[in-house]
Amino acid sequence: MDDEAFADISGKAISLDCQSHSSFCREFTVSSPKVSISKVLGYTCVVWLLAYTVFFFTENTAVLSSAIFITLVGMVLHIHFVKVDHESLLVIGSLGIQVSSSYASGRETTTFIEMSKIKDIVINEAIYMHQIIYYLCVLLKDPSEPNAVSSVVPLFQSSKPRLNCLVKVYKSCQEILSKC
Amino acid sequence: MVLKIFFPQCCNRADSGLLVGRWITGHDSAVVLAVIHYPFIPGQVKQYLQQVQAQSGVELSVLGSWSLPTESQEGMESFLRDLSTIFPQERWLQVSRQIGKTGFNCDVLNPAQNGRAAQREAKKKKGEEDEKSDGYAGHKGNNNEEEEKVIFIHYEQRNVMLSQLHPIENGVSDPKTDAPSELRQMFQTVASSQPLFFLDKYDDGPLKLTHWQSEGREASIIAELFKQASVPLCRLISWLLSIWVWVCNIWVFSLYPLRFLASKLSTCVQLSYRTEHMKTLSSPKPATDHTDFMRKATIMVSFLVDVALGVLLILWLYRDNHIPMLANALVPAADHVAKELEELLQWLMGAPAGLKMNRALDQVLGRFFLYHIHLWISYIRLMSPFIEGILWYGGLSACFGLTFALSLFSDMVALLTFHIYCFYVYGARLYCLKIYGLSSLWRLFRGKKWNVLRQRVDSCSYDLDQLFIGTLLFTILLFLLPTTALYYLVFTLLRLVVVLFQGVLHLSVDFINSFPLFALGLRVCRPYRLAEGVKFRVLCDEPGTALHLQMEMNPLKFNTVVQTYRTPTYSCYPKDSWATLVKKLFVGELIYPWKHKSTKTD
Repeated sequence: MDDEAFADISGKAISLDCQSHSSFCREFTVSSPKVSISKVLGYTCVVWLLAYTVFFFTENTAVLSSAIFITLVGMVLHIHFVKVDHESLLVIGSLGIQVSSSYASGRETTTFIEMSKIKDIVINEAIYMHQIIYYLCVLLKDPSEPNAVSSVVPLFQSSKPRLNCLVKVYKSCQEILSKC
Repeated sequence: MVLKIFFPQCCNRADSGLLVGRWITGHDSAVVLAVIHYPFIPGQVKQYLQQVQAQSGVELSVLGSWSLPTESQEGMESFLRDLSTIFPQERWLQVSRQIGKTGFNCDVLNPAQNGRAAQREAKKKKGEEDEKSDGYAGHKGNNNEEEEKVIFIHYEQRNVMLSQLHPIENGVSDPKTDAPSELRQMFQTVASSQPLFFLDKYDDGPLKLTHWQSEGREASIIAELFKQASVPLCRLISWLLSIWVWVCNIWVFSLYPLRFLASKLSTCVQLSYRTEHMKTLSSPKPATDHTDFMRKATIMVSFLVDVALGVLLILWLYRDNHIPMLANALVPAADHVAKELEELLQWLMGAPAGLKMNRALDQVLGRFFLYHIHLWISYIRLMSPFIEGILWYGGLSACFGLTFALSLFSDMVALLTFHIYCFYVYGARLYCLKIYGLSSLWRLFRGKKWNVLRQRVDSCSYDLDQLFIGTLLFTILLFLLPTTALYYLVFTLLRLVVVLFQGVLHLSVDFINSFPLFALGLRVCRPYRLAEGVKFRVLCDEPGTALHLQMEMNPLKFNTVVQTYRTPTYSCYPKDSWATLVKKLFVGELIYPWKHKSTKTD
């Protein structure tokens, strides 16, 4: 849809896909890069070499089989719980905002925030390790006080796009929010 | 403004008719509940709706009309417009489907702007003519999109009706917080309009409806039979329980020592806990709200699982003569423990780990404990012929459930290690005395004293004699401290091992008692029953039609299920934090595996 190249905060290329289902319903999908095969090979080699050195001294074959087991289980856990393939944000005017992230194994976690609870969507700054990053977040209303913000829901948490991508999403979100 | 129409999936292919549902006030959304099919008498429809409304308490109304594509379009338009005058509403929806399109079309008519609506109808006719001429459908929705946008949200009526939105809010809502959110209102509407779904297509009524049960009502014969059987069963159980409670309340049992003992024996605690549960289960009134129902079901399932595990244990115990084997192993084990203890004491009475102790005190303490062990061994010898019988009858208690067997086991461990407990108490008391004596004499040494009335340390002038005696005692206590501290340390470690073992037993009993197996099973087999929220999927976005969304249930996370539906239990393990536990151990206060009553409230 758009040819602009985006990157996340560590400089890796990510892609943003904007789908406009209707004038008040848009979907933004940020896809992170896939798992690199060299990384997988590297980690596997490290674990197996370690196991082999232990085996060299102890001469116990259980060490080797446990190393295979550990790498397999680690890989499964990684793609099921850690590696996020793409995150999407569905903004439906006057109904709410749906945030979902789907993992590399296909698992999806979704949360839907009703419009009556949303105060605004803003771009915020945060200190992350040794750098300052921008992130997009949804401000939630405090039910007792109409003007106060009760909590903040950060968006695109795992892909962490840079500011130019965030501004684009922010502008089209505000367009919808201001209409309804 | 955007108008939201919640549309049940089962009505997608229903014949043309009237849409029945409810407007959610303040949110600009409508919930469609059913479709009433065409040959009807308006008076009867109104009467039926009033009847259902009285039963369910939902403000039902006729929302609009629903039409499938038909051949004779000409008469239809005016007929539909006339319908809106028969059922006067603020807004009138005209939902229709067209051949070759998956999306619906929706026109919203306001009676106030009837004139304009009529104009638009005229326009639309033109549009249709265009459509006929070049076969392109697409203008139709555009005409009224400028002023009123519509979202169709398709929902599975069955799932929405049966599901429970979390966090649970019971009927009473605080006046402080504002009205429940839109989705919650929608869920409530569907759940409480159950009387509307009783009419199916086999009924010979004047009205024909389409809703999720219109193909025939969903029910299970087994469930109905269980319901019928549960009434006399509950009566029987509550009668038995009343007898049991009466026996428990006999005055002999409320005497001081028995009562104290009962509160310390984990079997008795488990018994009272189970009685409480059975009382909740066998109460004659049915569960009214969701929490009540889930609580009862969780108790029921954990009780059944408990009994099943207990029966398995019994099968194992009584099959291959395991009981005599256990009994034969138990007595030598107790003997062995006593012998080991004796050796330990002998070691302590010499020069343990190369430490030089106070020889006289060491000998006194060692002989005292040795005598105790001697007593203990003779007690075990006396008991040994009966142990098999005790185990045999005790094993039968497992038919009440595994938890009973476990608590009985824990009690037996407590009784069999009573000597270790005694040693610990003596050691702790001696050590405690020494520590307190030393601390007060240390204050005396510095010319201070503890003021009880003001709860603080005051300075005080002592006589020379007092100071002399005090300092002398301080030195003696200080030099004797390592010997007592060593005994205390060894016996505390032994005691801690026993406490740890009992703690593991109690934790497993607690786990079986409180784990919400039913809720977890429900979460696995019927994920829609426990909903954390909803999620939406965009169904189709053909140009020209309204936006169609599919609403699905977002099931609750497993850890939330466990947290929400855990049965509250008594906590048998100490509530102390680790720091207070270590402090208590250091000062020499007694620690218990059970909950210690704190009477000090200052």
